[in-house]
Amino acid sequence: MSEVLLEARSVAKHFGGVKALQDVSLSIRQGEVYGLIGPNGAGKTTFFNCMTGLYVPDGGGFTFAGAPLQADAPQRAAERGIARTFQNIRLFGNMTALENVMVGRHVRTKASVFGAIFRDPKTRAEEAAIRQRALDLLHYVDIADRADDLAKNLSYGDQRRLEIARALATEPKLLCLDEPAAGMNATETEELRVLIEGIRKDGTTVLLIEHDVKLVMGLCDRVAVLEYGALLIEDVPAIVQKDQRVIEAYLGA
Amino acid sequence: MKNLLSPRSTLGIVLIAAALIALPFVVGMAGQAWVRILNFAILYIFLALGLNIVVGFAGLLDLGYIAFYAVGAYTWALLASPHFGLHWPIWAILPVGALLACFFGVLLGSPTLKLRGDYLAIVTLGFGEIVRIFMNNLNAPINITNGPQGITLIDPVKFGDFSFATRSEFFGVTLTGPYKYYYLLVALAILIVIVNLRLQDSRIGRAWQAIREDEIAAKAVGINTRNVKLLAFAMGASFGGIAGGIFAAMQGFVSPESFSLIESIMVLAMVVLGGMGHIPGVILGAILLTFLPEMARYAVTPAQVALFGKVLIDPESLRMLLFGLALVLVMRFKPSGLWPSPERSRELAEKTAGVAK
Amino acid sequence: MDISLHQLLQQFPQQVVNGLVQGSIYALVALGYTMVYGIMGLINFAHGEVVMIGTLVAITVTGLLAAAGMPVGIAGLCGLVISILSCMAIGWSLERVAYRPLRGSPRLTPLITAIGMSIVLQNLAMILWGRNYMTFPPLLPKVNFEFAGAYFTLVQVVIVLLSALMMSGLVLLVYRTKLGMAMRATAQNPEVASLMGVNINRVISAAFVIGSALAAVAGVMVGSYYEVAHYQMGFVLGLKAFTAAVLGGIGNLVGAMVGGILLGLIEALGAGYIGYFTGDFLGSHYQDIFAFAVLIVVLMFKPSGLFGEKTGDRA
Repeated sequence: MSEVLLEARSVAKHFGGVKALQDVSLSIRQGEVYGLIGPNGAGKTTFFNCMTGLYVPDGGGFTFAGAPLQADAPQRAAERGIARTFQNIRLFGNMTALENVMVGRHVRTKASVFGAIFRDPKTRAEEAAIRQRALDLLHYVDIADRADDLAKNLSYGDQRRLEIARALATEPKLLCLDEPAAGMNATETEELRVLIEGIRKDGTTVLLIEHDVKLVMGLCDRVAVLEYGALLIEDVPAIVQKDQRVIEAYLGA
Repeated sequence: MKNLLSPRSTLGIVLIAAALIALPFVVGMAGQAWVRILNFAILYIFLALGLNIVVGFAGLLDLGYIAFYAVGAYTWALLASPHFGLHWPIWAILPVGALLACFFGVLLGSPTLKLRGDYLAIVTLGFGEIVRIFMNNLNAPINITNGPQGITLIDPVKFGDFSFATRSEFFGVTLTGPYKYYYLLVALAILIVIVNLRLQDSRIGRAWQAIREDEIAAKAVGINTRNVKLLAFAMGASFGGIAGGIFAAMQGFVSPESFSLIESIMVLAMVVLGGMGHIPGVILGAILLTFLPEMARYAVTPAQVALFGKVLIDPESLRMLLFGLALVLVMRFKPSGLWPSPERSRELAEKTAGVAK
Repeated sequence: MDISLHQLLQQFPQQVVNGLVQGSIYALVALGYTMVYGIMGLINFAHGEVVMIGTLVAITVTGLLAAAGMPVGIAGLCGLVISILSCMAIGWSLERVAYRPLRGSPRLTPLITAIGMSIVLQNLAMILWGRNYMTFPPLLPKVNFEFAGAYFTLVQVVIVLLSALMMSGLVLLVYRTKLGMAMRATAQNPEVASLMGVNINRVISAAFVIGSALAAVAGVMVGSYYEVAHYQMGFVLGLKAFTAAVLGGIGNLVGAMVGGILLGLIEALGAGYIGYFTGDFLGSHYQDIFAFAVLIVVLMFKPSGLFGEKTGDRA
């Protein structure tokens, strides 16, 4: 199997007395789609937030692409190559779809205030490249026709796609999707599945947090199940699906 | 770039240029005082555009903005007046003033920019007051600012032997000081507007807007929000510093009185009333809020005489009362300002449509 | 100036007394800011002007009644009551006319309205009462006490006791009555509160009315303490009180009280000792910078104020 891209070692996080995560260790390999599932409140999003630097874990840590991940600032995570979407969609509502994706290029571009004011050839070339790349990404997620619409005026499904395009604009090694299928109907979910397949094929590793077990099992190479903040199992879908503890956790035995 | 202007936009530019050249003569028909007011309106445009970078682009509420204007004004006053016997040239003072203001912006911003919106507002307000109090009191034991008396006999803007304060003749037209300053200010204003437009439409401008829209999402795509906010603060401060320098030179006199809290509030009102984040709106706000109170000054006394036959109410209070009412009414009926950016007004239209359903 | 440390230490109790008195007034005004902010997130810039109007109304009423032959004490009491009632009316109308139509508009809109209302009230007061300083009639007999090396007057004692009383009353109201519960619920989450049957409009009006009543009392206190009043007195007082509210953690009642008293003490002690500690480089005319300097330093270390709740980012 290919090498490990992200490794979590005994990650713990508590809020007051509540142990949201305890001793979670898992590893995501280069090029796979990795699913993280679990019942509501199992700690999936908390894990996500620890990894992307929004929370500082109380114990353990992460290694990403061979170096420790300093989980104290979200922008550092993005610089290192971890991009994310949000469970409740956080777009820049009053900016156009195109501008949203262009903002995603920020971390991979350099133009300074002086470049912005004097518009030297280098800055102009960079700006043109940003715009082109953003347009390409809108094509990639199939919403190029909405490029000039304000993000908040897009349909729900298109907003999800736009958020993915914006995340891809940061050139991530690891793309983390937080419940991307939430609130989608069957057709939209299927389209999403095709999109994620494509992203994997183009070489980006995907971490998928999802409620939709069918989507996860059909899409993921490996799946981890969280329950009450602890890791239940980490394996290929076929095995996870048959695991007695997982069945109990989901059926609420 | 080879995009030649279309005949229509060329004509437009020519017309605007002609209007800008003729404007002081039209205004001047009502008296030279109005040309001075016009100059102040342009100075306020500088300030409002500078504050707009902080408030409008980056969404940070700054109630002490006038402090940077003060820093720029005092820099000019101290480096080009008999007070210390220094008479530096403009090309040396303006950058020093801008840099110093920028330095103060960073000094204030670096510890405070992590604060929530309204907390930042009161901290910046406090900073503005601190700067003013220091200017008022730094005349003892060492006389730096000359205290409440302020600094007089400040050098005007000069390029070599060409001074903007005196009368001179061009092609048979005699121009007095205020007219000459007007053309200097317009030239600077055009420059500043271009800088602002370019900033807005750039990698940095988009990062500012992203922070204003959703700070967490901005962090998640890798924007170093702290640095980018600090940049907005520093840019806004430098603009204020430059405006302050010109102000000192134009007035020939500075005192702490010119930099009180109400001035900060006034500039903020220009930005919000005009249309936050929208450059044409901000310019409109600055012009209106400079001219309307001045016009009211001339109108309230005759109006009272016409109505009551005598002056019943103190004209100065009545003028300010009307100003306050105008602020309240504009906010009531145009909550996004008089000339908001197109997106903003679209958003509001939707909101009202939603309510009507 | 050549003052020894010993002499300065002797002044210490006196500075504390002065600070406590000024601080009690700040605290009362700060409560008005913090209640409104806690419930609707608005900096009511016009609140300081309400204090000023409270003072001026009390002067006028007391003056008229005393001139009509009423004993000054009773005239003063009537002045206080009428001042409270007028301020409540102003506070209520302010919210009803100026702020209520703006709910849901961009964040800075109500702030500019508040600034506009502050200008309106100040100039209205100038038109009604004129430009000159007015003397506040002495409402209480001039009695002096001495305790632990500090001298204080009856007025000072009454100010501290009365504000303590008012603050306890407010705390009881907020934590023991139905209205108080509705206020706290609205502060937590207006939408949920209104779903639970809380009449949000009534709660907001109540916050304005109560805050304005406290402002009127504070106004009368300021007037009788300094014995002068002026149409511009409200602005700086309001600013300091707002600073106190932020210092304590805006939206938090206890925070406003502690912040107010703390600010009063810092100002009094700061003004008393700054000359000594800076070798007379900075004198007592720097008094006004203490409020802001302390505020900036506190917020650097506690970004939500002393008692403010942490507002963590949520994904």
